[in-house]
Amino acid sequence: MKANGNVIKYGDNVDTDVIIPARYLNSSDPKELAQHCMEDIDKDFVNKVKPGDIMVGGKNFGCGSSREHAPISIKASGISCVIAETFARIFYRNSINIGLPIMECPEAAKAIKDGDEVEVDFDSGIITDKTTGETFKGQAFPEFMQRIINAEGLINYINSK
Amino acid sequence: MGMTMTQKILAAHAGLPAVKAGDLIEADLDLVLGNDITSPVAIHEMEKFNTQEVFDKDKIALVPDHFVPNKDIKSAEHCKIVREFAKKNNITNYFEVGQMGIEHALLPEKGLVVAGDVVIGADSHTCTYGALGAFSTGIGSTDMAAGMATGKAWFKVPEAIKIVLTGKLNKWVTGKDVILHIIGKIGVDGALYKSMEFTGEGVSSLTMDDRFTIANMAIEAGGKNGIFPVDDKTKEFLKEHSDREYVCYEADEDAQYSEVLEINLSELTPTVSFPHLPENTHTFDEIDDIKIDQVVIGSCTNGRIQDMREAAEILKGRKVADGVRAIVIPATQKIYLQAVEEGLVATFIEAGAVVSTPTCGPCLGGYMGILAQGERCVATTNRNFVGRMGHTESEIYLASPAVAAASAVTGKISQPSELSL
Ligand code: SF4
Repeated sequence: MKANGNVIKYGDNVDTDVIIPARYLNSSDPKELAQHCMEDIDKDFVNKVKPGDIMVGGKNFGCGSSREHAPISIKASGISCVIAETFARIFYRNSINIGLPIMECPEAAKAIKDGDEVEVDFDSGIITDKTTGETFKGQAFPEFMQRIINAEGLINYINSK
Repeated sequence: MGMTMTQKILAAHAGLPAVKAGDLIEADLDLVLGNDITSPVAIHEMEKFNTQEVFDKDKIALVPDHFVPNKDIKSAEHCKIVREFAKKNNITNYFEVGQMGIEHALLPEKGLVVAGDVVIGADSHTCTYGALGAFSTGIGSTDMAAGMATGKAWFKVPEAIKIVLTGKLNKWVTGKDVILHIIGKIGVDGALYKSMEFTGEGVSSLTMDDRFTIANMAIEAGGKNGIFPVDDKTKEFLKEHSDREYVCYEADEDAQYSEVLEINLSELTPTVSFPHLPENTHTFDEIDDIKIDQVVIGSCTNGRIQDMREAAEILKGRKVADGVRAIVIPATQKIYLQAVEEGLVATFIEAGAVVSTPTCGPCLGGYMGILAQGERCVATTNRNFVGRMGHTESEIYLASPAVAAASAVTGKISQPSELSL
């Protein structure tokens, strides 16, 4: 499986309160959540994001609350993959459980620039910045998590056991 | 190779003689928790399971606390989903308005968590119960759904940071100052994926309420869990609150830690986290006059009876400054009643503060104290992210109840000593 798209880049410690502010958590509809994704740090995000775009963050991406609404809103906004230096633990887990592809790769997260066209190959873990021609090796998932992702989420995985 | 306290609890719940950091395991759960924001998503996910039965109706806790009493129609609909699910599945531990409290204050009070348990909760501050010597951690709604259906969850066994406490806290220095100091030192990702294991002779001087506050904010350092050894104070608390049998685990002498941190409690002073990250800590020798508009005393971090008493001791006979709104929120009905009986609520009202029914309310910018553009708040809550309590250009300063109460009186960020206390 591959993702290909333009990069929308943010800094360190992007927290779940800015990914989807709590004032919108009285809804759990992915489409409605997507309309407010990132609005507290980037009012333009919902207008500029195109299906397939790739989000890049710095350290500790997704820190803060356990709200699954955060990866859900990112996924529903059309983002095909999130690359970061490191992810906060619960966000990482939630993304896998709902089937939002994410990849830890400090080198790529630092080098890739806003607007670059990037391709991510999930099977090999190779990230290619098509704008600059640079390639990076992202951390592949442990086998156990790969099985959850292949089943398209935790629930299908458990059902299939 | 020796195991940490967390690793021992996880091994026992996975039916394994030993585990090591990095192992992926499946553990049996003693309790699965959800609130009014995360449970509706989990309940929706539950419908996709082959079986729609819950694994054990006594081992699920559903606590609507974030937007209750319902703040608007949408929250009312969410709470209705949770209520109906609880009814259909005969969930023993569903807490309706009137019995509810903020989940992480409520569960220990109701005796639902004991030492040695493995608990997951679809709320990041589930790590609070580490104060009782349990392994507890926050997860998302899909994990909650899987936990409710199977009674199991997968974990990657964490490494640990050992935090050795020595000395004793001075007057007006509290558990909140301890954890803010630690986060200031190691940063908001300083314990990413790791356990924070507290140990040392300094632990025994900390009250249970201090320990709950400290374990509660392990997540603000990125931690998977925070955990305290079980001592006489823990045992007394457990005896008072629960009939359940508990198991005390101790770290092995030769357990491996990725890092050891030593904190002398006697050296700590009141600490404040400036916007917009909990790691931006300052002590009063470096804090200038910062005028404030609001004070919030409450939340799962600092809405317990000790917090109410400390705030009341400062507000007694004093007045909230002109132009400041002071909001006090006892975390549970029991704490509320106790605060009424001890005269603390009267003290708050006489001082010019408002006292609310238990709710998360302003802590997550829900309702009951939202900030306007440019406003500043001293809050005893746990997060000061951009927009957390309202407008994206408002500011939250995290502090202890003592600092919050003193600040309410002076109208600027202050420590109790400024009131000759
Ligand atoms: S009080 Fe705040 S941090 Fe605690 S559970 Fe409620 S919203 Fe979350």
